[in-house]
Amino acid sequence: MKASPAPLSSAFRQALSEAWAGGSGLLLPLGFFAGTAMLIPFSLGSDAELLARIGPGVLWLALALASMVTLERVFQADLQDGALDLWIQSGDSISLIAASKTFAHWLISGLPLVILTPAIGYMLGVPMSEMLPAMLGYAMGGITFFLWGGVAAALAASVARAGLLIAVIALPFYVPAIIFGVRVAEEGLNGVGLPFLGASMLFALGVAPPAMGAALRLAAE
Amino acid sequence: MSGAVLIKTQSVGAVRGERVLFKALSLEVRSGETVLLRGANGSGKTTFLRQLAGLSEVASGAMTRVAAHHWLGHTNGLKAHETPRTHLKHWARVWGSNVEIDGVLERMQLKRPADVPCQMLSAGQKRRTALGRLLLVERPLWLLDEPFNALDTAGRDLLAGMIETHCAGGGAVIAALHGDAPLAASREVAL
Repeated sequence: MKASPAPLSSAFRQALSEAWAGGSGLLLPLGFFAGTAMLIPFSLGSDAELLARIGPGVLWLALALASMVTLERVFQADLQDGALDLWIQSGDSISLIAASKTFAHWLISGLPLVILTPAIGYMLGVPMSEMLPAMLGYAMGGITFFLWGGVAAALAASVARAGLLIAVIALPFYVPAIIFGVRVAEEGLNGVGLPFLGASMLFALGVAPPAMGAALRLAAE
Repeated sequence: MSGAVLIKTQSVGAVRGERVLFKALSLEVRSGETVLLRGANGSGKTTFLRQLAGLSEVASGAMTRVAAHHWLGHTNGLKAHETPRTHLKHWARVWGSNVEIDGVLERMQLKRPADVPCQMLSAGQKRRTALGRLLLVERPLWLLDEPFNALDTAGRDLLAGMIETHCAGGGAVIAALHGDAPLAASREVAL
């Protein structure tokens, strides 16, 4: 394992341009996120009070789905085009490489959703006071989702139609982040939700990269 | 048989599922050698190469890797959106090489399609791009899986020349091949 950051930043840059070129540029996840949120008023009726109450929760659902849609191809493509073989032999930590790729995908497909939140929240009548805590929650929860989703994607890399398998593996891991994330939106920044959401994000940051690395090594065999 | 040992295997075996692919494969490769792995489809050439590269587990026996190696599998490792130039730049950065990319492109005769995304390149041009990685950093051992696939006559001559130069400079090549070999092998190993 070399100490040089060049391999990590190269992996990051390659993943950024791959995510961008792969059609999952900014607009696609944004459209997905907005589209899902737009369906809510149509499916539940226009009871403003109800929408304001469930709005933040439904956005969590949209975020979880968006993360899985974009992660399906992250490692599968590397396995199929042979780039994974090269990474494993580059002498650098495959765990860190996988983590930096995952982070790149979060930047392209996860972060825009956070930025779009006020607009969608406004549409659903979510009170403005809840908006900032909710955005912070989506940002931290999004990183957590992408990390666990990355583990699932690495495990499912050699499976032909991996989307459903990724969902089955990853969704249980999303639960803690959602529970605490919803509390952050409800209680604001001073509640107990925020430290617990932070803790689940840090746990994912610590555990997910080695798990991705191990899964990818296995996939390359 | 004068050069230093670059890689050595002692009765290495491989198992695929329930089937024994090969067993007790002992090989010692020294600098200057060109070793060809021969065998029918499914005889385990690729598996053995992947074991040599450390990508696949060694089911039995021992493997001693002395020198750094370059790997070229049957996949090229190219991303659809990358151009030959960005691909080579990327791996040069990862490997800490400061080789002139234009020189490598020139050598691989990729000047013209240097800035075309790989999804629009021909199979041979993609292969040449992948082969260009061998020139980014100096590594004594080249592990090549069917390296002549998809190359035209000029490409085959080019690669044969690269291998010759590499071995003359103290490197060694282990290549899995079927069909005619357009290069002079110092040894052939049947699997």
